Amino acid sequence: MTIDWKSYHPGEFHDELISSPGHPRKAARVLTRYLASLSDEELQHRQDSVNHAIKTMGISFTVYSEAGNIDRQWPFDLIPRIITKKEWDVTSKGLEQRLRALNCFIHDVYNDGKIFRNKVVPKELVMDSGNFRPQCQGMKPMHEVWAHICGTDLVRGGDGNFYVLEDNLRVPSGVSYMLENRTVTKRVFPELFENYAIEPIGEYAGQLFEMLASIDPHQKEKPEVVVLTPGIYNSAYFEHSFLAQQMGAELVQGSDLCVEDDHVYMKTINGLAPVDVVYRRIDDVFLDPEVFNKESSLGVKGLLGAWLKGNVGLANAPGAGVADDKVIYTYVPEMIKYYLGEEAILPNVPSYLCINPQHCEYVLQNLDKLVVKPANESGGYGILMGPKSTKKEREEFALKIKANPRNYMAQPLVALSTAPILVNGTVEPRHVDLRPFVLQGKSTYVTPGGLTRVALFKGSYIVNSSQGGGSKDTWIVNEE
Amino acid sequence: MLSSVAERVYWLGRYLERVENTARLVNVYSSMLLDTPVGSHIGWSVLIDITGCNEEYEKSGQSLEEKSVVKFLLADGKNSASVINCVNMMRENARTTREIIPAEAWEKINNLYIDLREAIGRSIGRRARQQILENVISDCQRIFGVLAGCMNHDTAYAFIQIGRKLERADMTTRMVDVGSISLLPTFSSGTSKQRLLLEPYENVVWMNVLRCLSGYQAYRQKIHSNVKGEDVVRFLLKDNEFPRAIGYCLQDLVGHLSKLPNNEEVLRAVARVKKVTNEVDINALLQRGLLDYIDELQISIGDIHDELNNTWFRPVELLKVGQQQSQSQRGKMSLPS
Repeated sequence: MTIDWKSYHPGEFHDELISSPGHPRKAARVLTRYLASLSDEELQHRQDSVNHAIKTMGISFTVYSEAGNIDRQWPFDLIPRIITKKEWDVTSKGLEQRLRALNCFIHDVYNDGKIFRNKVVPKELVMDSGNFRPQCQGMKPMHEVWAHICGTDLVRGGDGNFYVLEDNLRVPSGVSYMLENRTVTKRVFPELFENYAIEPIGEYAGQLFEMLASIDPHQKEKPEVVVLTPGIYNSAYFEHSFLAQQMGAELVQGSDLCVEDDHVYMKTINGLAPVDVVYRRIDDVFLDPEVFNKESSLGVKGLLGAWLKGNVGLANAPGAGVADDKVIYTYVPEMIKYYLGEEAILPNVPSYLCINPQHCEYVLQNLDKLVVKPANESGGYGILMGPKSTKKEREEFALKIKANPRNYMAQPLVALSTAPILVNGTVEPRHVDLRPFVLQGKSTYVTPGGLTRVALFKGSYIVNSSQGGGSKDTWIVNEE
Repeated sequence: MLSSVAERVYWLGRYLERVENTARLVNVYSSMLLDTPVGSHIGWSVLIDITGCNEEYEKSGQSLEEKSVVKFLLADGKNSASVINCVNMMRENARTTREIIPAEAWEKINNLYIDLREAIGRSIGRRARQQILENVISDCQRIFGVLAGCMNHDTAYAFIQIGRKLERADMTTRMVDVGSISLLPTFSSGTSKQRLLLEPYENVVWMNVLRCLSGYQAYRQKIHSNVKGEDVVRFLLKDNEFPRAIGYCLQDLVGHLSKLPNNEEVLRAVARVKKVTNEVDINALLQRGLLDYIDELQISIGDIHDELNNTWFRPVELLKVGQQQSQSQRGKMSLPS
């Protein structure tokens, strides 16, 4: 049985490729027709090539709970998701705008605090944030940029519009999978690339390196850039080594670095060599055992001091996470207005703050309809999916919210859009989101498209790779 | 280059060479035993002796039969020197230096790992063993080929080659050792019946030692005489042209070391090994037995490893207690700390 698009039913959800059963969207017509033209054997052959490519290339990620078998193959669906360039151009501007405003905000938080005096954002909300780092106050990093690399999670609602679900400003991951997904798709469907004008994404590593070089405090012609990883047991280790390799940068662990007289060095076979920029993939709290978590063996003693003295570039800057708090998130549209004098191009998902007594009351009354999130967790941990929760889970959550309302916010369950995935030789709809990556240093850059994450189980909304999600290649297609 | 990366690629080279050598060893030994007479008492335990894993093997309480020994050397997850474990460690070192080694080399290493994990169980029986081991050997050579052909011949490459040549020199000492321990004890202490039985097979043993090292052809081309213990030992210790001879490995090491900074101490350690091989009188050595001499040689090779550690991987001022592992005890193959 070959693929029959007439029997593909996304139901009430907005589907990325199909407008109604049997009717693909304009940009998806060539793709859907092509897929339907493949015989079962051919389709299976493509799927086998995908699996083989992923295995050979060693694309993997790690799941913490699966002790012993630390490397897991990357679950990839071979049907690409298509977004038109026209739509993407607007979205891309919105992402850039958002990151510029967020960086203004972070700089303001650690310096003048104008936004507090003007009562746009309540000061105590920021001071209470688990990601606020008082050590960073007064710091003026290069270009006044703190969050250099941002992974913004976008979802498409039932109305077909993109909404921002959250901003990841600490150590967002996933970009290597975005790049590898494209490599795999090119290996498997080379013929499709002839019929589509697909925006290439390969320049990311070059853009990343240029951005990192732009925050070298010494502005050397050939700065020494290192990628600081927690090590091989980290779930994103594959990505760390991939990015280091693509940039031609050194991949280091904390034990490879040391700080002397507030300058950062790496231990090489020639002795200690100076380091200009650190792209760190370690959380703030583990970064410098002298200042933060004393037990941390991942970080480097004195690293924060070296940065504060302006001797090394650090991306993302410590303390940038203050703006990736899910409560602060709700203020981003106001920030855009306040700092840039512009209207937000990309809307937020409507949100309820539990610190607001009226909102909190509403949240507690409607737990079964809402998604409740802790303010500063990532990877989908600690979330209550109201409509899918049990009574017991809701009761437990209500207690947590009452005990610490500042730490929770709630959103209605967004009817996430769907995209077809290949299951046993036929197509079925699954929910997807999108994580584009935005860079800001001396200038800004947005990846064309991003990482599309897929909830692999029927009806599931959980797309996080740490919780069994998969991914797809994402095409920005120019129809003109 | 980072010290930690230098250490990892060095071990990558060592493990890759060790995998190839162990595969050769088991393969050739399997065919040699078909050539020796029943009752000659050249058993499978010799292979355990070569790898220096006697203690571990005894602890495991397994018999000295072919299947157990072969399984221990190839497929035993608990034996740190087994082929499957070495492939594992090699892949881990490659995975953690992917920013250094060519992507193509990584893919080949990863494939060797994937294929071998699937095939290793079948390598215990005789039927599939030879084919599987030959595949492993040619995979290793392809990987070295990609490294030689696609990678900058820079410091990282030098460390891979240093690891490879040091491992190879170490393995060659073990092979010379096996020639002697499989023969000498029988000659000196065995019953006269055993001696009579085995005497005609002396050159069979040495021939197979050469085969293990892919050196039979090279030996014949160069020495022009029948295979004799004395000539084989001289060839394997001193030759400067045969790539698996210790003499050649040392010379090659010097070439790679000369590209590295602060290499004086390491070069001195290499010179000490050279002295041990150059000055020995092979005739006298065979008379009194090789055992002590091989000890001395292995210790001096181990010293090179220690000097690498002290100079580049874990310089003394950064050394923390218990981080450094010495190789200078005879027998057990060295493992990274």
